[in-house]
Amino acid sequence: MPGLEIDGLRVSIGGRDVVRAVDLHIAPGSCAGLVGESGSGKSLLALASVGLLPRAARVTAGRIILGGDVTVTADLDRTAKVRGSGIAMIFQSPRTALNPLLRVGHQVGRVLRRNGQHADLTRRCAELLGAVGILEPGKVARLYPHELSGGMCQRVMIAMGIACEPQMLIADEPTTALDVTVQADILDLLDDIRSRTRMGMLLISHDMSVVAERCDSISVMWRGAIVEAGTSRTVIGSPRHPFTAELVRDVAHRPQPKDRPAQRSPAGPADGPPTEARG
Amino acid sequence: MRPLIEVRGLRKDYRRGGAVLHAVDGIDLALMPGEAVGVIGESGAGKSTLARLITRLERPTSGGVFYQDTDVTSLSDRALRRFRREVQPVFQDPLTALNPRWVVRRLITEPLKIYGERDAERRVDEVLRDVGLGKDLMTRHPRDLSGGERQRVAIARALVLRPSMLVLDEPTASVDMATKRTLLALLNRLQSEHGLTCLYISHDIRTIEETCSRTIVMYRGRLAEEGPTTAILSSPSHVYTQILMSSIPRIDSAETRPGRLRARPFSRQHLPDTGCLFAHSCPRVQPECATDPPVVEVTPGHRAACVLADRASDQSR
Repeated sequence: MPGLEIDGLRVSIGGRDVVRAVDLHIAPGSCAGLVGESGSGKSLLALASVGLLPRAARVTAGRIILGGDVTVTADLDRTAKVRGSGIAMIFQSPRTALNPLLRVGHQVGRVLRRNGQHADLTRRCAELLGAVGILEPGKVARLYPHELSGGMCQRVMIAMGIACEPQMLIADEPTTALDVTVQADILDLLDDIRSRTRMGMLLISHDMSVVAERCDSISVMWRGAIVEAGTSRTVIGSPRHPFTAELVRDVAHRPQPKDRPAQRSPAGPADGPPTEARG
Repeated sequence: MRPLIEVRGLRKDYRRGGAVLHAVDGIDLALMPGEAVGVIGESGAGKSTLARLITRLERPTSGGVFYQDTDVTSLSDRALRRFRREVQPVFQDPLTALNPRWVVRRLITEPLKIYGERDAERRVDEVLRDVGLGKDLMTRHPRDLSGGERQRVAIARALVLRPSMLVLDEPTASVDMATKRTLLALLNRLQSEHGLTCLYISHDIRTIEETCSRTIVMYRGRLAEEGPTTAILSSPSHVYTQILMSSIPRIDSAETRPGRLRARPFSRQHLPDTGCLFAHSCPRVQPECATDPPVVEVTPGHRAACVLADRASDQSR
């Protein structure tokens, strides 16, 4: 099957399963969403797919297949060969993911060189930075990450991610650290790249509304396992797992935002019963 | 009723090299006792500087902050001590705001000691119960707590002296969704039970929506729009607020939604500092935006600093 297929993947840290038999398929050109709370194993699943698991973690069962070729099993890791051109990843905090000591153009160039492209690097870098919506790309290429805003850094990360036209892009909370307007711009950019190139994408987020808006399908991860999966419409419209329902409720659009009297006497009674913290 | 706290013509400039940054650039604001007001805007809008000025952690370049009609920028040490007891800050990241070498008990007892309160132990027990923390946490250090527990400790520290006002700078920014949900429920309950006046600073519109009856939108140090939270969310009048609101991801299906209003790309090197500060990026910019925009009263209590504010409301009616 083309695209990215994750098949019964298990990842353990110190003998404890942190990713438990996860199945996930992302077709070429489609966008799959992966939602869950912090610590649910979303990021480890992503890191396993690009072969960047931390040293303490290892794949103990299952396999990952990219474009028909097995890249990861318990005793095999061929991701180094496909990283960049087959599969690429962008991270949550672009400022820490970029090297603070190197100009951003140089960092984009390194991705190209690592994948055997050496000709015309300066022009190619400027093209890539332009393609991710950076004005004056030639100028920005000569800047260091600290001279850029968070949104600009994320655009640079995306330029590095798509530099070698991968079949699959994994975006791990790509907009969590950004302002809401910048978040929308970055997600638009990823949508646009995807529709132009037929690149598949796995969008990881803790925010159900982000994946609902952008993804064709949604998988919900809870304590290392996928507890619910389906098209975005079904998962949002009729969530079956209580945890999914909770995530949907958190971001559900309220017809009327909470409307409270503008003034309240400090000594007066509270309006209605106090809201109790839920589970 | 008189405002508990009032801000008039507040400005704060920071000098960096030869350049002057107007972090807060002429803000007026009044909070009635028991009221919860939200300040939203993107990073760099001056929200946190506003919070630091109101809590007198910074002095303004000009303008004043009045607590019960007294200007707090020129208080004697003694009066400042009284003011600090009444207006308490809660910071964004409790891990950096709380002393890492102190255990929870000491963190919460310290304000009582500073103000010479007797019966501290009972008050600490009381406030811990109030924020929903167990006594078993008393001997833990901040690093041994979860994100939600840490923020509760920070809230307990702020509440222990029974202040009349809290200034919360991004209280939910460092926690995940489930924790955010319970923190917001807690803050709402505390606010109504104790009649607290609250100023919420947040870039997260959902946090403001759940807690505040009135909202202020800031853009590059200035007021863009102000009004009831309902009005700001459902019928924003400033083009910037409209862009902000249409950028919020929604779970209702994409087909039924109108297309998103987008800001125009701009280069940070050539930002104007006269006229409407949003004009460089505004998709509906008008020739008259080169001069300072008028503050238009759209409906009573709902004001927007945008030449199009009137027309936007005409259309929606």
